[in-house]
Amino acid sequence: MRKPRWIAASVMPLALALTIAGCAGGGDDSNSGTPGGGTGDAGDPNGKLSAFGTEPENPLIPGNTTESGGSKVIRALWTGLTEYDAVTGESKNAHADKIETKDSKVFTVKLKAGWKFHDGTDVKAKNYVDAWNFTAYSPNGQQGASFFEQVAGYKDVHTEDPDGASGPQAAPEPTSKTMSGLKVVDDSTFEITLSDSFSVFPLKFGYNPFYPLPDSFFTDQKAFEAKPIGNGPFKFVSRTPNADITLARNDDYKGEGKPKFKDLVFKIFETNEAAYTATVAGELDFLDTVPASGIAGGKYKVDLKDRNGSTPYMGNQVLAFPLYQAQWQNVDLRKAVSLAIDRKSITEKIFEGTRLPADGWVNPAVPGYVKGQCGDLCTYNPEKAKEYLTKSGFKGTIELTTNADGGHKEWMTATCNSIKNALGLECTYNPIPTFAETRQKINAKQVTGIYRAGWIADYPSIENFMNQLYRTGASSNDGDYSNKKLDDILVKADAAPTVEEANKLYQEGERILAEDMPAIPLWNQTAQYGWSERIDNARLSSLRELDLTTVTVKK
Amino acid sequence: MGRYVLRRLLQLIPVFIGTTFLIYWLVWSLPGDPFAGKCGDRPCPDAYVSMMQDKFNLNDPLVVQYGKYMLNLIQGDFGQNFRLQDVGTLIGNAYPNTVKLAVVALIIEAIIGLSAGILTGLRGRGFLDNLTLVSTLFLISLPVFVTGFVIQLFFGMELGWIKATVSAKAPWHELIAPGFVLGSLSMAYVTRLTRTSIAENKRADYVRTAVAKGLPQSRVVGVHLLRNSAIPVLTFLGTDLGSLMGGAIVTEGIFDVKGIGNLVFKGIIAHDGVVVTGVVALLVVVYLLSNLLVDMLYAVLDPRIRYD
Repeated sequence: MRKPRWIAASVMPLALALTIAGCAGGGDDSNSGTPGGGTGDAGDPNGKLSAFGTEPENPLIPGNTTESGGSKVIRALWTGLTEYDAVTGESKNAHADKIETKDSKVFTVKLKAGWKFHDGTDVKAKNYVDAWNFTAYSPNGQQGASFFEQVAGYKDVHTEDPDGASGPQAAPEPTSKTMSGLKVVDDSTFEITLSDSFSVFPLKFGYNPFYPLPDSFFTDQKAFEAKPIGNGPFKFVSRTPNADITLARNDDYKGEGKPKFKDLVFKIFETNEAAYTATVAGELDFLDTVPASGIAGGKYKVDLKDRNGSTPYMGNQVLAFPLYQAQWQNVDLRKAVSLAIDRKSITEKIFEGTRLPADGWVNPAVPGYVKGQCGDLCTYNPEKAKEYLTKSGFKGTIELTTNADGGHKEWMTATCNSIKNALGLECTYNPIPTFAETRQKINAKQVTGIYRAGWIADYPSIENFMNQLYRTGASSNDGDYSNKKLDDILVKADAAPTVEEANKLYQEGERILAEDMPAIPLWNQTAQYGWSERIDNARLSSLRELDLTTVTVKK
Repeated sequence: MGRYVLRRLLQLIPVFIGTTFLIYWLVWSLPGDPFAGKCGDRPCPDAYVSMMQDKFNLNDPLVVQYGKYMLNLIQGDFGQNFRLQDVGTLIGNAYPNTVKLAVVALIIEAIIGLSAGILTGLRGRGFLDNLTLVSTLFLISLPVFVTGFVIQLFFGMELGWIKATVSAKAPWHELIAPGFVLGSLSMAYVTRLTRTSIAENKRADYVRTAVAKGLPQSRVVGVHLLRNSAIPVLTFLGTDLGSLMGGAIVTEGIFDVKGIGNLVFKGIIAHDGVVVTGVVALLVVVYLLSNLLVDMLYAVLDPRIRYD
């Protein structure tokens, strides 16, 4: 105890510093290699790239995967009849050689020769038809079943539960396991017959439920779930739940978009913030969603200087009216609320310009979009708003609601204030604690206030924004909006002989929405993304995923 | 001693059943449909929901569901979560990471806490003592996420001494920084506890006798003083290990340690009773066993304590 004081005082911090320094540069699978000297445009063909991923909600079966975590992996493992251009979102042939039709009711699909699954078996027409029948058959409980609604014979394979999933009755057994509208002609040709002409149908072919399945799927589904076998640019290597999913380049890939690097690892992070930190530190190569904490104040542009990007994607945000509630049934009130929202200020101040004010119900990046469909009703105009309000005679409170766990508090309260100031009415924001509860209330048609809603295109077409949302009884028509005039135009549009004519009619339908204002268009989404110094030529595709065909790993 | 241990182990059973049933019931009664949010912004197709409900016995009454679940659990089958992943594998992957992190945190807090406590306890008032008191106060008042983010930013991103996030296999050396963050709060408590305990026992008769007998300093402190002062500290460390093994959501989230903290959190959000109850069942056993171990350790440290 007679030792000098300074020894004791200095030992602790020293020990601490040494311990922490001792683990510098460790990391068995460290991705932070030196970026210097990255010249080659082609990059390192044997390079390894790590991308941000979230744990897929279901086993990796294309017909059952509609959420983003699983879709990323599915789209790397599979290529379908068509694929969507990374920049414009337009559909172009991939495995399909020709898709022909005379009346938009019967489609003949001819496949290119030589494509194989990752297990070496050929991809035949049979594989497409079998996969589509499996997905549509309701006892299989596949989420992508409704994409086959238009195919003739769908009602025979897919039955509805008469009282909903929560009721005691069960859905009746379907009368058939295959749809009459799908017919295999030979190994590389098959025919699709729809129950009514629908020119937009081929635009869906690039989406997950339309991918083919190998024969081994039908013999042993459990083994397939453990090791998915697709026909795409990457093949499955391994997977650790909640940690990573590893894929490797398929060197036998016959498609156009051959990847320029070898290994792809989807790293699954506990939180989006941890993924952002990892990207800044160079431990994660590509992050497709910068979290709100990174966007605030433009932080990500500083942290990830010269390695960040922002691009619009096919999604929008609206405020939907629960039209089953009496107080929202007055159209003048709905128009008044739309005129009272200052979209420009909110997107500038709260979203730092990462949202683009909407001028219609369809996203600008979607083929079929036309400017200004909302007219004046989507521009901030307090005087006109008050006019409509007096016409409606409404004197109560405006109530806004959404899920509290989605980070929407700031812009919802800003919107509420905007409405309050413009209309002079009281406005309250009443959040519902979780997303699941919110969805449940919406499904049960029990929401009382105006609620946040939005749509991200499943496939690039204006039809996707109209039919699923605003048709009477549509699957996502949660507000119970119904207008016979719109339904008639949509029927005509579905039956139109070409996509161009169909789009014109869908646009007419969109103008009817301006008359009724069942949902208020707010803004269109953009995605912020960033990457590490190890990679080059990284961009986000129109589907909001890393474009795997252009990105390169530096040597 | 043997009868005591047996009695404690038997007490484990009602506690185990009670806790697991309570947790299962609580998760089950959370408002909201677990499948409502699984399909993004659109309602899930009825066929999918019906299939999932059948698979997970969600149409049975609660007690029957719980009974079926416990029957499987006792045989070692943890069941599947709503993503159809084997919960046993998930826990098996996640738990070792949490245990490693807990052990690292415990070692760090024990070493630093004990040494700082002993030094200041022996020395009495002075610069070092005040320094320790202030710094421990500072550590206690900082929330763990502040400490976490500061250490991650400073040592990880600015200086580059450590990896900012922990890799999936969680090697020991990468867990030192998160372990320090996790243990920072308890470290402060251990320091103060040791300091007080030593300062008190320093004045005891037997210490005076030992010094008077002419024993070297190291023996007086190391053998006599420490054994008695260690009892309250050991209690704290033991219960701390138990609670650390329970997962630390915030620290695991910041450093991306794939442990059970996040597993349980996500399970609660997703209303996944199977995951939450499975983890809780494991934790109850771990916690009770670690408490039993600490209690038995008393008898080793202090011969006056007897169990019957």
